[in-house]
Amino acid sequence: MTVLDPKVERPDQADLDKAADRPEDADQWTARIRHTAVEALPPQRLLPDRQPAYVASWIYVFGVATVAALLVVIATGLVLAVMGPNWWHVSSTGLFVNSLHLWSVEVFFFAMVVHLWGKFFMAAWRGKRRATWITGVVSFLVSVGAAFTGYLSQQNFDSQWISTQAKDGINSTGAGAIFNVTNFGQMLMWHIVLLPLCVIALVGVHVLMVRLRGVVPPFAADDETPDGSQGSVDGPAEVSA
Amino acid sequence: MSADVVAGHRRTRKFVPDRDVPDWRGRYEPYDLAKEFLVALLVVVVLVAGLAVLFGSPDDKPVTIKSWSTADAVDFATTAITELDGSSGTATYGPPYNLNGDAQSIGPIAPAKWLGVHHPIDTANDYVLGPLSTLTDDPATRAALVRYEAASPAQQASWTAAYEKAVASAKFTGGELVVPQGNYGPVGVLISSLTSMARSGALDGALLSSRQFYGTDYTKPLLFIADGQYLATLASNQHLAGEQWGMMNETGSYPGQAWLWLYTLWYQVPPANTSDNGDIQVFAFMIGLTLLLALVPFIPGLRSIPRWSRIYRLIWRNHYREIEHPSRGSDPPTSPPRSEDTAREPVPV
Repeated sequence: MTVLDPKVERPDQADLDKAADRPEDADQWTARIRHTAVEALPPQRLLPDRQPAYVASWIYVFGVATVAALLVVIATGLVLAVMGPNWWHVSSTGLFVNSLHLWSVEVFFFAMVVHLWGKFFMAAWRGKRRATWITGVVSFLVSVGAAFTGYLSQQNFDSQWISTQAKDGINSTGAGAIFNVTNFGQMLMWHIVLLPLCVIALVGVHVLMVRLRGVVPPFAADDETPDGSQGSVDGPAEVSA
Repeated sequence: MSADVVAGHRRTRKFVPDRDVPDWRGRYEPYDLAKEFLVALLVVVVLVAGLAVLFGSPDDKPVTIKSWSTADAVDFATTAITELDGSSGTATYGPPYNLNGDAQSIGPIAPAKWLGVHHPIDTANDYVLGPLSTLTDDPATRAALVRYEAASPAQQASWTAAYEKAVASAKFTGGELVVPQGNYGPVGVLISSLTSMARSGALDGALLSSRQFYGTDYTKPLLFIADGQYLATLASNQHLAGEQWGMMNETGSYPGQAWLWLYTLWYQVPPANTSDNGDIQVFAFMIGLTLLLALVPFIPGLRSIPRWSRIYRLIWRNHYREIEHPSRGSDPPTSPPRSEDTAREPVPV
């Protein structure tokens, strides 16, 4: 019986890297996707260990804090989902997890709003960063919807009152025809499936855009047009794609 | 001056400070993103855990039709007669529940009307006559039902109007709803039976029953409860009414949905707080404001506010201090990146 040496059978990483760049693979979809992704976001850009000197303010902490709070929201929400919607009404442990979920949402929104207004006053859309700004605003709006459906899914007095009051606004827009705030089952599905998926996707795209474009530079010190040899319309040529 | 490449030629475009950025030619410094994220996560976890331990979360029991009719049987009976005669809030709502009321509109724009009825509710049958028809072992109720349903609409209206007037002076004593005498025919028996059914809890089940065993749609019982005064009184006591900025509050002293403050604000001022179309007006206004916020990078003037406000000088105060007082600066303007992979260009950030 022949015993195969796994080191012989398995191509090493260098061989794989070479194979990935074979000319005959130029039209291969997988290779093209990888090349495009690595070109747009090389490791040094995705996880840089250097930042421009102007990135030195407490305001930058709130973007990271927003993502951190979102992770806590998701983690506590997953625990509530595992145990079911009735658990936290009948269990002291469940009530505590619900409290963690509630307060993580409050911290998430606090950090997000400070981050948003901080970026507004930095005019963070400058230099081809308009899509970054828009995805941030849309993330905020979808998060408001996710939190709102959470309040509707509580199965307590708050959800009764909020749903019977909110129905008038939703119905007035016509959305009430398909988005029925007094339908607990529908609101729970929106809260734990549809809207979280949207928030996670939007925040993911937003963070990748921040990595792609970098942190917006300060305004010119004298508010004047920068010297032509140094300025570019949409951002540093080396950074902007 | 800056440049775009168009069809192989470079053309110049005026630098706009609220749209464009100057090249960063200053220094780069070590910045440990992973460490920053982990520290932020730990701080958030500790903060959230501390808040949860200190304040917990509210969980006031929901109102049921049983608890409502037990706590305030007169309010229940008063609401029930408006469901039967079609004058309740739900009965006259319009789309998406029925066609008995006008949908809100702004001029010719009435989206709810265009979309029509999607959650049909016939309050007389769904809330009163239907549930009572399940009381097959109650001869008095059966007889009253037969008599009411056989009467002409005019006769029914006469009875319900008389009962609605009488129930305003009703009392609940000795476990019975006592309504002053009046010419309200079988309606007195019907509402009295419905009240007993509600107080037993049977009406909660009857309103939730659907064509299938499982159900998660509470639209019918919720709207019935909301038609009465009991829920609103409880809410007002918990500072949840509309004029109390209720949409952003929750029971107790919790922060609630504070991020809805601007949406709630418009309900406190004209025209929304006086108009029959206040809801759609608030939504239209908020949609407009949201579009402005999302599209601010494209709106001249609006996008200049950050530069005019000069708040950015607080955010980047170290940067401007170094520029204005170069002697205090620590490093030469540019230092090359450390990584060999990015030696030919600044490290992307």
